[in-house]
Amino acid sequence: MSRSPFAIMIPLAFLAGLYFAVFSSVAQFLPSLLNGLLVTVGVAAPSILLTYAISLVAGLGRLSHLRPVRWISTVYVEVFRGVSLLVILFWLYFVLPEFGVTLSAYSAALLGISLNAGAYGAEIVRGAVQAVPRGQYEACVTLNVPTLHKYARVILPQALVIAIPAMTNMTIELLKGTALVSAVTLVDLTAAGVRQNQMTYRTIEIFSVLALIYFCLAQVVRFSGVRLEQQFNRHLGVR
Amino acid sequence: MMDWRWDFTFETVLPRILPGLWVTVEVTFLSFALSLVLGLALMIARRSTIRPLAFIAGEFIEFMRGMPLVVVIFFLFFLLPEVNIFLAPFWTGVLAMGIYNAAPAAEILRGGLQAVPRGQWEAAHVLNYSTYRTWRNVVLPQAIGPVVPGLGNLLILAFKETPLLSFVAVPEMLDVARRIASETYRFTEPLTVVGILFLILSLVSALLIRLVERHMLKETRHAK
Repeated sequence: MSRSPFAIMIPLAFLAGLYFAVFSSVAQFLPSLLNGLLVTVGVAAPSILLTYAISLVAGLGRLSHLRPVRWISTVYVEVFRGVSLLVILFWLYFVLPEFGVTLSAYSAALLGISLNAGAYGAEIVRGAVQAVPRGQYEACVTLNVPTLHKYARVILPQALVIAIPAMTNMTIELLKGTALVSAVTLVDLTAAGVRQNQMTYRTIEIFSVLALIYFCLAQVVRFSGVRLEQQFNRHLGVR
Repeated sequence: MMDWRWDFTFETVLPRILPGLWVTVEVTFLSFALSLVLGLALMIARRSTIRPLAFIAGEFIEFMRGMPLVVVIFFLFFLLPEVNIFLAPFWTGVLAMGIYNAAPAAEILRGGLQAVPRGQWEAAHVLNYSTYRTWRNVVLPQAIGPVVPGLGNLLILAFKETPLLSFVAVPEMLDVARRIASETYRFTEPLTVVGILFLILSLVSALLIRLVERHMLKETRHAK
């Protein structure tokens, strides 16, 4: 899809938001929703960074020449992709203390989301690195480029461009995943919405606002992804 | 400290969680069937020549992709009774997941349809095939192959989304585990069992899908 995501939807969302703010009893519940939004962003932003780091390490680990590294990465990816995020969150928060590791609600949420999304991200990174043409590796051998330099300057920049669209989707999924952190007692956007709904019974308004906010967050991610891809392509001299 | 009780695991946890597993599987397949039907409708609407319809379908797909499933679940859970529709949480869950996964299903189906070369349509047209015959004998058989892996992955994703229904007390695995935990104050066994069951089932189903994929790949190669 080539059309700019911001072009139509953001003004529409803005108008809808304006409508709600003016004509409905949004003032009743909006402040607590915004508090929830702060929690959502507060969980999402560091999780995204951590996820990218995990994806890179585990993704490269799956391609490693060292067998143990490859095995560990594979087991990690299969386990955290195979188990549902909510189960992981519960497990980290309620079961891990039994093993002597007590996490705060916030760190359990952060860790659970990042480990889950990182497993998906690792597969994206692996696919992207494998999609870099063989000739690039051969050129590095021919030019006697040292290994570290080969990855840092030749392979990874190209793999990154390939990975951006899939990584954007993964980031949006991560964002949606933060709606589950109420399971570990954090009051995020969704949890705040549900609470307000139980107090005010303005179901349609509350959930429409929730949906709009999530939609805008997702559009921000999507738009950044598109921009990043353009920048990288320009930098690499593609097109 | 670590104290895992095997007797508790086998005598209390497993017998109660296995019916929950059945609920999980039921929800997965029912909602998946619903999202296939809705996804097909969305896909057709999106390709429709009636511009407003195509626009609305496209925007709906975009919109649903940015929305967390929990929000859809809660929305339906609270909204339906207000408009005097009373469904059991189970069916609300099926409905929510069916609607939620319709958007990705539509995208996958669209991808499959686009994979059919234009020439195939033109050939059917030239041979004066009816619309029905074009779809039945030419387009669909070629569109199904590329769609299988995507739909398979969607099925596994749907399976892994079912625990979210525990938020509205659908008695699936995680909900049962939480009930056991709140009755006995033992979290370790029920939650770990649920995690392991999920792991095993999604690994097995991923393997099955890979087998089907390979099988279909072989068949298309034979056809050529």
